Amino acid sequence: MVLMSVTDLVKVYRGIRAVDGVSFQLQRGCCFGLLGPNGAGKTTTVEMLEGIIRPTGGEILYKSEPLGTRFRSEAGIMFQSTALQDYQTVAETLALFASLYPRTLPVAQLVEICALGEFLHRDTRKLSGGQRQRLLLAIALVNDPEIVFLDEPTTGLDPQARRNLWSLVQTIKAEGKTVVLTTHYMEEAYHLCDTIAIMDHGRIILQGTPQTLLTAHFDDVILELPRRDVPREITDPGWRVLDNGEAVEIRTDDVTATIQQLLARGVNLAQLQIRPRTLEDLFLELTGKELRA
Amino acid sequence: MKVRRWAAVFMARNREFLRDRTTLTWNLLFPLMLVLAFAFAFSGEQRPLYKVGLYGEPDATLDTFLATRYTQFLPVDSLNEAIARVDRHQLDMLLDAGDRRYWINSTSPRGYIVERVLAGSGAGGLVRETLSGKEVRYVDWLMPGVLGMNVMFSCLFGVGYVIVRYRKNGVLRRLKATPLRAHEFLLAQIMSRLLLVVTVTVLLYFGTDLLVDFRMLGSYLNLLLVLLAGSVSLVSLGLVVASRLHSDELAGGILNLLSWPMMFLSGVWFSLEGMHPLLQRLALCLPLTHLIAGARAVMIDGAGLLEMGHHVLILMAMALFFLGIGAWIFRWE
Repeated sequence: MVLMSVTDLVKVYRGIRAVDGVSFQLQRGCCFGLLGPNGAGKTTTVEMLEGIIRPTGGEILYKSEPLGTRFRSEAGIMFQSTALQDYQTVAETLALFASLYPRTLPVAQLVEICALGEFLHRDTRKLSGGQRQRLLLAIALVNDPEIVFLDEPTTGLDPQARRNLWSLVQTIKAEGKTVVLTTHYMEEAYHLCDTIAIMDHGRIILQGTPQTLLTAHFDDVILELPRRDVPREITDPGWRVLDNGEAVEIRTDDVTATIQQLLARGVNLAQLQIRPRTLEDLFLELTGKELRA
Repeated sequence: MKVRRWAAVFMARNREFLRDRTTLTWNLLFPLMLVLAFAFAFSGEQRPLYKVGLYGEPDATLDTFLATRYTQFLPVDSLNEAIARVDRHQLDMLLDAGDRRYWINSTSPRGYIVERVLAGSGAGGLVRETLSGKEVRYVDWLMPGVLGMNVMFSCLFGVGYVIVRYRKNGVLRRLKATPLRAHEFLLAQIMSRLLLVVTVTVLLYFGTDLLVDFRMLGSYLNLLLVLLAGSVSLVSLGLVVASRLHSDELAGGILNLLSWPMMFLSGVWFSLEGMHPLLQRLALCLPLTHLIAGARAVMIDGAGLLEMGHHVLILMAMALFFLGIGAWIFRWE
């Protein structure tokens, strides 16, 4: 069932089309990932979906209605960077936001879901990065939303805090909420999203489930070796070789044959790594750019 | 409007102000230190001149007296106003040359000296009228100005600067994404600031009174009315500045651009009498002028609603005007 539909969405800033005819539908209960490098238009797209900025053209419908009071009451938003009012504790901040909505989750439940208990009475200015993100997520959930927007929720977090937040997002998904996620981290998108859309130059250039997209675009794997272990002139008609100075990547659809050929050429395979293709590779293939944090 | 949403934002803003100890201390201590500094600086003031108000055309019998050195003879237009000034010790003597009468304040040592000089000048046939009003010291005159100035800074910066800071750091953007409406947010900011301004001003008033014992002849209720009307007006002016700006540096600049001329043209430090007429007319367009004039009328002259009500009405009209513009052009982002 479609919860939100976006048709021919356009945003023009001073003659530049930041978002250029984007269309997609969000199914109820799915996690939709919007990926793209800086300047691709994903944050502008999400802010139009959130009702924060007004589109130049196109249509956004939530439950078949234009965005309005109902949407504001039923949407939870975690912005990429949000300042909170100073000199408030975590509990006071939650109470403030809870007062702004007609329907809310009990604070105790939010505290439990987002693990806020140990710093509930701490000034929000004194939270660590991970604690702050958990609070911002709790604020996004305070109104028991049907749809949750998470704009780069793990940017700047250490790996452990990032994993913790992923776990929280998975809890939200398990409750049947629809999640819209923007991220620079392909691994994050792969773990959390049911559907992803890759944006570049204001347009969606590819859309589908992560696995489908990878299967559709790649039938090879990557063999990675340290540069020092590989002779300078190493080629084969069946390989694609990428030399980044420190390591050599050999892309092949026949791992066994490739390893045999490497052994035959006397290459030391002690530090050989074999990995499947990732969304990062797909993004690179499609846009020629790396995702930048 | 949902009262629950409004009350939540109102309380959050109050907590923010009260817990910001530096700002709170500064809001209380700065005006207190200012009044004390002025009270001390002017306590031993020695004016070089005696001041005599002169009403009507003097004849030749007064020539000797009028030639007295170190005495300033000031022509006056209104006898009643000049009598009130003698009563407050602002004039040492008033001489009505036409009716050959003079007024002195029996409690004024300076009046006594000037009267002795008049008697020694040979001008006879003058009728003596005495007054016994308490002297209006500079600190009495200054106090309403300092209260007004404190209200002005608190209202302009407490709303104008804070809203721009909220906009710049994304607090407004976060609130925009909730069902909170702009008018609920703005009303909460205004009411919170009014509550704080009134509380701080009352504390400041009574705290300073304990130390300086200044003059208060009118009703506290009337003073509160002027204070509220002035605060609403100045908060609304701050709102106009804050309605669209993103830069707190620019907001600070504009707020300074508004507050400093008001501080000098609205009669905080010195009387507007004697200023260029154009500046006097300009001063009447400033809310602080009416706030201070109203407060001064209540405190020094004991004016009632009839005498100073026009200042309250002007302040309320200004408030409506500024509020209308501020609410009209306000943007969350």
